Amino acid sequence: MFSIVRTLWDVFLHSFQRRVTRQYPEQPAYLPPRWRGRIVLSRDPDGGERCVACYLCAIACPVDCIALQATEDSNGRRYPEFFRINFSRCIFCGYCEDACPTYAIQLTPDFEMSEYKRQNLVYEKEDLLISGTGKYPGYNFWRVAGVQIDGKDKGQSEREEPPTDLRQLLP
Amino acid sequence: MAIIYIDDKPHQADAKQNLLHACLSLGFNLPYFCWHPALGSVGACRQCAVKQFRTPDDKHGHLVMACMIPAVEGTRISIHDPEAVAFRAGIIEGMMQNHPHDCPVCDEGGECHLQDMTVMTGHNYRRYDFPKRTFRNQYLGPFVNHEMNRCIQCYRCVRFYREYAGGNDFNVFGIRNTAYFGRYQDGVLESEFAGNLDEVCPTGVFTDATHKHHYTRKWDLQFAPSVCVHCGLGCNISPGERYGTLRRIVNRYHGDINGYFLCDRGRHGSEFVNSDQRIRQARLRRNGQLQAVSKAEALEHIRQVLTSSSRVIGIGSPRASLEANFALRAAVGERNFFAGIFQRELRLLNRVLDVLRNGLAPAASLREMENSDAVLVLGEDVTNYAPRMALSLRQSVRQGPMAMADKLKIPHWLDHSVRELAQDSKGPLFIASIAATRLDDVASETYHAAPDELARLGFAVAHKLDDNAPAVSGLTLEQTALAERIAQALRSARQPLIVSGLSCHSTAVISAAANIAQALRRTGQPSRVTFTVPECNSVGLALLGGRPLEDAFAAVRNRAADTVIVLENDLYRRASVQDVDALLLGAKHVIVLDHLTNATSTKAELVLPAATFAESDGTLVNNEARAQRFFQTFVPQPDVQESWRWLRDAIIASGRQDFAAWENLDHVIASMAVEVPALAAASKAAPDATFRMSGAKVPRQPERYSGRTAMLANIDLSEPKPPDDPDSPLSFSMEGSPDQPPSPLIPFAWSPGWNSYQAWNKFQEEIAGPLRGGNPGVPLVEAAAQPQQEYVRDVPAPFQPGDGEWLIVPFYHIFGSEELSIHSHGVKQLSPGAYLAMNDKDAERARLRPEDRIEFTIAAISYQAALKVRADLPQGIAAIPAGIEPLQGIQLPDWSRIVRVA
Amino acid sequence: MISPHPIAALIGILIVVLSIASGLIWIERRLLALWQDRYGPNRVGPFGLFQVLADTIKLLAKEDWIPPFADKPVFIIAPAIIMVTVLMSFAVLPVAPGIIISDLSVALLFFLAMSSLGVYSIVLAGWASDNKYSLLGGLRAAAQMLSYEVFMGLSLMGIVLLAGSFSLTDIVHAQQRIWFIVPQFLGFLLFLVAGLAETRRLPFDLPEAESELVAGFHSEYSGMKFGMFFVGEYLGITLISAMITILFFGGWMGPVLPPIVWFLIKTFFFLGLFILIRASLPRPRFDQLMAWAWKLMLPLALANLLVTGAVLLAFYR
Repeated sequence: MFSIVRTLWDVFLHSFQRRVTRQYPEQPAYLPPRWRGRIVLSRDPDGGERCVACYLCAIACPVDCIALQATEDSNGRRYPEFFRINFSRCIFCGYCEDACPTYAIQLTPDFEMSEYKRQNLVYEKEDLLISGTGKYPGYNFWRVAGVQIDGKDKGQSEREEPPTDLRQLLP
Repeated sequence: MAIIYIDDKPHQADAKQNLLHACLSLGFNLPYFCWHPALGSVGACRQCAVKQFRTPDDKHGHLVMACMIPAVEGTRISIHDPEAVAFRAGIIEGMMQNHPHDCPVCDEGGECHLQDMTVMTGHNYRRYDFPKRTFRNQYLGPFVNHEMNRCIQCYRCVRFYREYAGGNDFNVFGIRNTAYFGRYQDGVLESEFAGNLDEVCPTGVFTDATHKHHYTRKWDLQFAPSVCVHCGLGCNISPGERYGTLRRIVNRYHGDINGYFLCDRGRHGSEFVNSDQRIRQARLRRNGQLQAVSKAEALEHIRQVLTSSSRVIGIGSPRASLEANFALRAAVGERNFFAGIFQRELRLLNRVLDVLRNGLAPAASLREMENSDAVLVLGEDVTNYAPRMALSLRQSVRQGPMAMADKLKIPHWLDHSVRELAQDSKGPLFIASIAATRLDDVASETYHAAPDELARLGFAVAHKLDDNAPAVSGLTLEQTALAERIAQALRSARQPLIVSGLSCHSTAVISAAANIAQALRRTGQPSRVTFTVPECNSVGLALLGGRPLEDAFAAVRNRAADTVIVLENDLYRRASVQDVDALLLGAKHVIVLDHLTNATSTKAELVLPAATFAESDGTLVNNEARAQRFFQTFVPQPDVQESWRWLRDAIIASGRQDFAAWENLDHVIASMAVEVPALAAASKAAPDATFRMSGAKVPRQPERYSGRTAMLANIDLSEPKPPDDPDSPLSFSMEGSPDQPPSPLIPFAWSPGWNSYQAWNKFQEEIAGPLRGGNPGVPLVEAAAQPQQEYVRDVPAPFQPGDGEWLIVPFYHIFGSEELSIHSHGVKQLSPGAYLAMNDKDAERARLRPEDRIEFTIAAISYQAALKVRADLPQGIAAIPAGIEPLQGIQLPDWSRIVRVA
Repeated sequence: MISPHPIAALIGILIVVLSIASGLIWIERRLLALWQDRYGPNRVGPFGLFQVLADTIKLLAKEDWIPPFADKPVFIIAPAIIMVTVLMSFAVLPVAPGIIISDLSVALLFFLAMSSLGVYSIVLAGWASDNKYSLLGGLRAAAQMLSYEVFMGLSLMGIVLLAGSFSLTDIVHAQQRIWFIVPQFLGFLLFLVAGLAETRRLPFDLPEAESELVAGFHSEYSGMKFGMFFVGEYLGITLISAMITILFFGGWMGPVLPPIVWFLIKTFFFLGLFILIRASLPRPRFDQLMAWAWKLMLPLALANLLVTGAVLLAFYR
């Protein structure tokens, strides 16, 4: 009997305690930079699209919500013709970012992407592309890769010798 | 068979083979690069190192290259020995030193043997931090893309290209770690088999250039087991689809036919499936214009036409499946079914079938051709007519030198040693053809003459082999001597082979080939024959029967028929403009079923969109009368459906409700087996639609097919249910049985850890042998137990060059002569233009110069072309390219004058 | 005795009672949140006051689903019964001098009768739903009602003895000198417990018991039918709070402030107490519930009656 009264009193005393609820839209929560939210496609430091349409994000995606099609410009630089993420399926696991060999696909600390129509949760490349390098400044896949693209001839990548002269046979 | 010990466990192995072959056949994973099941061992890459022990007590052992050691009785090796493992890891690390950081943009990624082997050996971190060597790439033509930086110097490409495929415009240049694989200068690779470099190269140096611009990873493609439709050999292929378009064709291993290789027409000829010429909706002529109509409107129109017509005739096609042709026959009735080819071709096909049925000599598969030690090619340019056969014939000349190797006890798989020993010596391969062929470089002797002369040579050979065979009078000394040498070579061979076919359109040539087989048989020499046929289902059409095309023309001309249904057949490619115009305009109603807009379909009253091989299932019969099932790769746009389904719907629309029982392909095949007993065995070509493995269908998509919930999300967020497939035991999904399907149902080669084409290792009973459970396909022609012993006796008279007239013959071109593949950009680029070729002496006499514009007249129609002068053409013969616009619909061979156009 | 302005009182009381009941929903959620260190509904309108309105609109807009297997007429009538019975009880409540709809001489008995009838709503709802969880809820409600009704009445008999009347007005007047809470403290406790049980409030919400019976008797209810059960429950709480005020705390009586204000203050205090109890106490097992009723509460109620009677006999003869 006493315990019941005591309980009532203890509960009543909570009237004077601080509330733990955070008034979210007015008081935004702090999200760490590595928070796994809305996915973006970043650009390399030169401003070109980082995505080389290698399909690794698509295969890594456990819910298969990434679809893209690779294409190539006339100079051999590969990029996605379209790149689609169905955010109504995305589980924000971040595997795509782990899989991405060019730091193109990145998860950002933003989760405020509710829509009244589910269809609007389908993001195309135009919706995903940002203008900067995101979390990884400085990296440019094309400076490391061995293929030739516009503005980078054979042998001009990092740690490459100039192209072999096939006409000389000196050992 | 021998017992070998692998990691102290006894295993059965083929003593004639090497340890790598044995290990892979037994299912062990042992990395390798320079070895290829079809190319043999050279021991160059050092990747397949294992530890060998002399005795059971030998604990020390020594490293050996598995591909270089025969699997003899009692061999003891260890794959998992730490020293061997470390050695292999070291080798791959060395190979990876210069390998560029390209995988994300490399077309080989995801199906790369180098990737697989790197993972298999556990090399995962690059320690080498110094500059990598680089190379400039070359333009190698429309089919092959070159990215030389990626090379690991395994030498497979040159070994395939030069030694296996006989090309000589590709080689290795440079020294030490800068060995360069390419051409002497940029240019189109000359070999018709260059496309195989994509698969032969263990990494991404050579990749499919046609795939590049709509590139899709292997794991994202939906595959189906299919059969190539671009010639009569029936090579097995795996077409891959993504987003509703056919992306590429890769080889599907078939132990008896194509093995590991395809020709470039087969590999790159299927772009027509995506062509903007495709008929994707039914079209009905209204007010003189063809207008798109719905399926229901089309069927309503068919109902009106069929119920109001007095007599409906159907024209079948040698490029449509058996089922489609049979459905047409069922729709119009046996009496009104026409085969869609002329009497001349039908007679040739029936002659070929007679020979096969007679059982004088079994039909040779391509694999058997490779093992033939004496070959006579009579009248054929196989490289251009049945391309993949050329690659097999090229291997046959190695059978002779193998005897030398046997004498020295050098195993056949020890490729480099065998070739060093053989040098330039080759087994007998005689090529008797109208003009030079691409196989001439390996031929022991060639003979170029008119078709009748070729037949006479054949008859002469038969007579030399057996005196009872009809003698040929009036032979030149040269011909007699050649016949003697050929007869000698065939007589002394272990397994002689006679290759003939339809390309010179001569019954006499085929009869001559049959006579040689007869003569060999009579002299107690088992031989094999093979005949080339023009189209993918020519033999099937001949087996189905049907009347020749002329009769169809006559029926319409005589007003005996007023409605014509044309099945997947562009008649303007076969018959002259007048004849086809008379047919199409003379008939009251013309219904055409086809894939592509062509001359015939534009003249039709109603055009029905027929599914291509990639969008339908069916059975094709190849040149050895092997029935093979091809399966639907993807679901086309809603109005496109299989020809047999259109015809079934048409039959039902015309009021014959009992055909509603044709719900799936199996019902059509069952019905066909009843109606046409000759085709009854076709139902055994593949498991029927009720077949299940562990209760599940065979998935068409790889396990890791991606983007399922996003690929159609732009249209509708709710993913549609995967389409049903009532016609086959395959599903349009990645879900299904994880087990290995039976051989006719393998959509693509993949096995855990083996993402590249080398995964075929895991599907074969033994490496490079038959697929588990037997190679796909069933023979439709059974050889008679008691062959007819009669010789053909009507030997043609010697060829007499005309006076001011030439015998015009068709020349086939691998790129250009085939109707569908010409829609591929690369094939179009490599196809020749219209020309007329003539012997140089003839040209001189007629005062014609190369590139002159000339005119010739056949069946009262004049054609113009540029003149080409070829010394290898016999005098009195002129040649035009077959099937190349505007030289179509000409019935050849025929005589014509040739005059210069002012 | 008839009230001076019965129609005015009727309309006034109806409006006030119904708005209190619905307002209670908001108050309860805010108070529960307060005691759980949360905010509760604070988004719709000032302080979230329009939350009730929003909820009402939501309930009205929802599909009014009648399961095809339900006994349709009974299923529809059931939620109405609880509303009717509880609202009928308000007719006899003297809110302040002159503010009463019908000053019955047997008002207390009428109140008891009406609160007993309320159980039909629950039992019929449970039965008509043709759902095992609903039926179990209905059965529990019936048993609970029977058990607690008995000593509810008995616990009030002490007051009747003291006041000498069943009329609630008389009972209030009888507390001029001293509120009955003092002489009838035990009676108050018993009535409080019985009142909780009667309204099926936590900790006595066994007919609903969402952790055991989905939602008990109203599992199959949706839309405004569910809304009627919902409002009925809050009406019940208001009624019990008002009864406690009238029976034990001198009704409208108090210094300085107008009588109606006093009445409301006292009533709301008990409403708050009800919510506090809900926020604090866990639900007992059903057998414990029954055992308390018959083995503890009933004897205590009888003892209270006897002692009150004895004291009255002894001292106030």
